[in-house]
Amino acid sequence: MKRLRERRLRVDLRDRPELLLSPAVFVVTVLAWEFAVPAFGIDDYVLPRPTQIFDALRAQLADPLFWGHLKVTVLESGYGFLLGVAAALVLGTAISQVRLIERTFMPYVVAFQTVPKVALAPLFVVWFGFGMTSKVVMAAVISFFPVLVNVIEGLRSADADRIQVLTVFGASRLQVFRMVRLPSALPFLFAGLDIGIVFSILGAVVGEFIGAKEGLGYLLLQTNYNFDIAGMFAVLVVLSVLGLIAHFIIRFARKRLVFWAEENRVIGA
Amino acid sequence: MGEDRWIEVTGLHKTYRPRRSEPTHALSDVTFTVRRGEFLSVVGPSGCGKTTLLKILAGIVPRSQGAVRVAGREVTGPLPEVGMVFQTPTLLPWRTVLQNVMVPVEIRKLDASVYRERAERLLAMVGLDGFEGSHPHELSGGMQQRAGICRALVHDPAVLLMDEPFGALDALTRESMNVELLRIWRESGQTVVFVTHSIPEAVFLSDRVVVLSPRPGRIAEIVDIELERPRTLGAMASDRAGVFVERIRRHFNATWVIDS
Repeated sequence: MKRLRERRLRVDLRDRPELLLSPAVFVVTVLAWEFAVPAFGIDDYVLPRPTQIFDALRAQLADPLFWGHLKVTVLESGYGFLLGVAAALVLGTAISQVRLIERTFMPYVVAFQTVPKVALAPLFVVWFGFGMTSKVVMAAVISFFPVLVNVIEGLRSADADRIQVLTVFGASRLQVFRMVRLPSALPFLFAGLDIGIVFSILGAVVGEFIGAKEGLGYLLLQTNYNFDIAGMFAVLVVLSVLGLIAHFIIRFARKRLVFWAEENRVIGA
Repeated sequence: MGEDRWIEVTGLHKTYRPRRSEPTHALSDVTFTVRRGEFLSVVGPSGCGKTTLLKILAGIVPRSQGAVRVAGREVTGPLPEVGMVFQTPTLLPWRTVLQNVMVPVEIRKLDASVYRERAERLLAMVGLDGFEGSHPHELSGGMQQRAGICRALVHDPAVLLMDEPFGALDALTRESMNVELLRIWRESGQTVVFVTHSIPEAVFLSDRVVVLSPRPGRIAEIVDIELERPRTLGAMASDRAGVFVERIRRHFNATWVIDS
């Protein structure tokens, strides 16, 4: 039994060498980094070695203050994401279903989409203060657009033949929407959510850069002021892990809910 | 309403008028009736308006001129008395087979508990028992089309419209589906209007075959297929069946090309 499993694992690796190569790249890079820093005489407060970053990370994880910062950033991006998604769902549905609303609002959507959203962060801090609200708004605005664009495209993507089948059986517009358009939009929606949830973390951190008293973005600035570069890297690692977890939550939900569809083309923001 | 005129098409014309191009005459002066319980096929070359005719009967394409009555009612929109099977099964991939079959019941807000039993019986009749909980992508093309037939029959419609339902299947599956369709028809007693461009298929299945000319489709001949039932695939190789096939084919050889 055990041998069988081992054999299957070996076959798997032969078919998919990337399963071995991908981690190998990580190990080689980290090792090269570790030895290159002293070898080229780089000051390790400018570029700390991976072991130093690891130590800094361990120290932070042991610090209750750090968990406070983490919680704030998670809440800001989480609330912001939910707010952005809710708004995108409402507006996206209206735009895709009502021609007049599309014609009226679409020019503004396109215009706002071209604005670099992070540039709005200072404005939000002025309007909503140094607390969490300004970061929630920033996260909402930045995750709103990728979701909106995908909701509109998704609700329009429904197969004409499927709609015709329902029409023959006497379906009303609402029934067609519920039974065909909505499920057809799900693959697109999830593509949008995937981008949106990562963007929401970005939005929260940028907001914290501009003006905050807590949060991982704030912590990043603090470590920067103190020339604690290893500490900065440690926060970056935490932010990456946060982004990965968010991404995998969406992927997991997609797998459960959109089991019938192949991976879909993604419409970027 | 008469049993002899269960479906009544009188002086039907259809012209598509696209906004930015020339109008297309799809059907011209089409008149025929279908008896209750009859199996009627419509054959003709590609683009002769067969599908348009069926869509007009289904109430999803408006006619330009003429009268169309189904089960004693003027067709002005989709009628609950009608079930339809399409060229492709077009099942909803996120629904199970049973949920797909129940779509018309859901749309017409009929009593689900009553019709679920009927849906399960229909699925068993076409050999899909055990697949009720499967999703369409787990089924072969032939199995999907059989589920599509169950969906068309689930609300017990008086009329079944079929638009080249087996065109996408391989020849062997197609033949066995034809046999199966006749058995279903015998058991359920629906009036069937079946569109195809396979002449042997039309002869094998039908009581009468309406032959349409190329665009604009008009009726070239209505052929009575005087072959006894139940029919077997073996009987199709007989000379008597061959006579009907030849008679219909002559229309196409004389003037038009058929593309099957």
